[in-house]
Amino acid sequence: MEYEVVIGCEVHVELKTKTKIFCSCPTDFGGAPNTHVCPVCLGLPGTLPVLNKKVLEYAIKAGLAMNCEIAHFSKFDRKNYFYPDLTKAYQISQFDLPICKNGYIDIETSQGAKRIGITRIHMEEDAGKLVHQGATITTSAGSLADYNRAGVPLIEIVSEPDMRSAEDVMAFLTNLKAIIEYTGVSDARMEQGSLRCDVNLSLRPVGQEVFGTRAEIKNLNSFRAVERVVKYEIERQTEILEAGGKVVQETRTWDDGKGITLSLRSKEDSDEYRYFPDPDLTPIIVTDAYIEELRASLPEMPQVKRQRMMEEDGLPAYDAGVITASKALADFYDGVHAHYNDTKKISNWIMVELLAKVNAEGIELADVKIRPEQMAALLKLIDAGEISGKIAKKVFGEMFATGKDAEAIIKEQGLVQISDEGALKEMVAAVVEANPKSVEDYKAGKKKAMGFLVGQIMKASKGQANPAVINQLLTEKLDSM
Amino acid sequence: MSIYMMKQETAEAKAVVVDDMFLTTDMPTTAGSKMLEGYNSLFEAEVLTRLKNAGYAVAGKTKVGEFGVDLLGETCYFGAEYEGESLQYPAALAVKNGDGKAAVVLDVNGAPRRGAAQSGLVALKPTYGRVSRYGTIPVACSGETVSVIANNGTDCREVFCAMAGHDSKDGTSLPESMTEQGKAAVNKRNKVAVLSSMLKGVNEEVQAKIAAAAEQLSKNGVEVVTIDAQTVAYAGAAWNILMSAELCNNVSRYDGVKYGYRTKNYTNIDELYTNSRTEAFGDFLKSAILFGSETLSTENYSKVYDKAMRVRRVIRDDMAAMLADCDALLMPAVSTLSYDRTLVERDKYLPYKENFFTAPASITGFPVVVAGGVQLVGNAFSEELLLDLAELV
Repeated sequence: MEYEVVIGCEVHVELKTKTKIFCSCPTDFGGAPNTHVCPVCLGLPGTLPVLNKKVLEYAIKAGLAMNCEIAHFSKFDRKNYFYPDLTKAYQISQFDLPICKNGYIDIETSQGAKRIGITRIHMEEDAGKLVHQGATITTSAGSLADYNRAGVPLIEIVSEPDMRSAEDVMAFLTNLKAIIEYTGVSDARMEQGSLRCDVNLSLRPVGQEVFGTRAEIKNLNSFRAVERVVKYEIERQTEILEAGGKVVQETRTWDDGKGITLSLRSKEDSDEYRYFPDPDLTPIIVTDAYIEELRASLPEMPQVKRQRMMEEDGLPAYDAGVITASKALADFYDGVHAHYNDTKKISNWIMVELLAKVNAEGIELADVKIRPEQMAALLKLIDAGEISGKIAKKVFGEMFATGKDAEAIIKEQGLVQISDEGALKEMVAAVVEANPKSVEDYKAGKKKAMGFLVGQIMKASKGQANPAVINQLLTEKLDSM
Repeated sequence: MSIYMMKQETAEAKAVVVDDMFLTTDMPTTAGSKMLEGYNSLFEAEVLTRLKNAGYAVAGKTKVGEFGVDLLGETCYFGAEYEGESLQYPAALAVKNGDGKAAVVLDVNGAPRRGAAQSGLVALKPTYGRVSRYGTIPVACSGETVSVIANNGTDCREVFCAMAGHDSKDGTSLPESMTEQGKAAVNKRNKVAVLSSMLKGVNEEVQAKIAAAAEQLSKNGVEVVTIDAQTVAYAGAAWNILMSAELCNNVSRYDGVKYGYRTKNYTNIDELYTNSRTEAFGDFLKSAILFGSETLSTENYSKVYDKAMRVRRVIRDDMAAMLADCDALLMPAVSTLSYDRTLVERDKYLPYKENFFTAPASITGFPVVVAGGVQLVGNAFSEELLLDLAELV
């Protein structure tokens, strides 16, 4: 039988506020255990939560960026469960009245354009971190708790089950990450845990309306893991169904080493969270004026920017997609473009030279030393014939490492292109004299020999000779022999 | 005296006692539970800081029933107070004994009002949100209010004024602007309504108190009318649901992991949770936890908890409508002027029944003054008016 894959995602995004959601502890990543805590985020009796207004602002911004309706009346609820990563035995979250709902994200895949619904976005507090002496808390001889993360603000973004393949999911997550990054409400870095994804996946016979039984795979913290999980689960569930079995509704976990998902718990004996409205937090009232103020403060979103780069800058869809997938990259492009006009050249240099270096060094774009105007200056030097493309790459490498201006590097290292005919004629003459065999070949009609001779001259000039001038002088010289 | 956790020698004329629901840094805070025996807080309750700033000294802490939800402290792990066979409220005893000019207490389920009514003292439970709850042990957050018990209305007023006001650490604390607006909107009607529906099940002594209060008010030129307000009589039922649900949730943090009592008898995390709580919580609290847990289950939420929330709103609207036309609603605080030991020990659910009288003010957050053994429940922000009326009864 042919099966259709149905996938929905729940994405947790850590908001980039300076302080926690209900107290004034810092949200900084990586402090010594239990140093970013106070009686409030430790949930000590007698403490009370007071909402950090930035959290509301960021959640609304994320919602607007994902085309959601913003609730004028919303509230916080308490979600009850016993686990030592919670300080109060309940998590403050939002249950039936989330701050945002009914939005969407548009994606592009090999199957064409597609709209993925966003069911809701709600605010909640993060839990602490446990380190077990053993694999799990039940087999652990002892566990250590670090509550630095307890009370760090999160938004949970829940999608509609609108995705049908791993490609859909990857496109959705890529766009979601870009949108979040553009709004500036989070770094949205999966590897640092500021973006985490749960995948809900089920299969149904093609043509069937009713959804099949789904498995939920929790806490995936890399794009690669998400892609592998989707492919693995499709295979696993297909095998079960093909063999006449039934998929069990359950929560599963991903074993990255083995590349498989494992059952964590079945749905029947969980999910009794006893939600109820948090009496310590008054309902959240949001006015239209405030929503519009936030809407106006949003930057251009990646989809729009991408379209604009294609239409106004004439970039190919692929280039525009790569550059707009990251706000930092798009900002860099815009920065170069403000000083320099050849958009395709900018995009080539960004996608080939810049990204290669960034990936090789494993650094963030924000930490790149080259400023956009410096890159513009470098490209102008190439156009003006001051340096060759080859030299420019060398200069670029130096700029990337030191942050110096291209002109300074060229001057320091004497890399200026030699276009002076007098100096070049001497080099041409010397190379021609030293390579009689090649000259003979050229005369005999083997045009390839020309390339070899140019290469030799370039080598003699340490790459600084102007190739156009060399070509002209060499042709003249050979033809005159 | 056995009613104290710890009594501090103080020569101050402005001494107060506080009950054991308030966090203190120089004395332990137990909430009357074995679970928190010897618990020392890192910070003190906001109201205590304010009282100290106003020149008050804390003379000691009085015992409470476990997490403050019982009748008068009979479920306290450290022992109940009886005078003969009559159950006594520790904070009221301390005031009567002159250990402080007032007792600052947390009114979770009406105990302070019952205590004041039976001791002939004056109690003020202010409008919800006028006094910070920061630093009080949370039990029924949506209704519990920092309250005062004293020998007279003047002392109540003085201590209340020293504690009241906005606190940025408490998200439910009312902003000053709202309080000023609310106070300005209080109009004296010179009229009090007796709620006949709230006289159900009270004994002759209490009926006499109601009649005496009505008579005193009339004598002093206050018009006294009788209203049959059926919805108010459902406050107790609704409050028991909401209070138990919140209690169940609020005491879940006492799990033996981070602080408080931890069982010695465990081999894994689930046993640690279960045995710590089984060994440290008393029976009455356990029944409240079980009941509260049930009301919040997926199966019961909409037909029990959510319905109670709706009832709460109806009662609030109805009472506000009645209070638009009069200054206070006169009703009993208790069914009897003394709880006999045999009754207390026989009927474990007495606190769920007696709060029939105190629940209307708990569930609506309206202010209430107890004086002359009766309750005068007023509209939001009408504390001053209620204390004036209390002078008359």
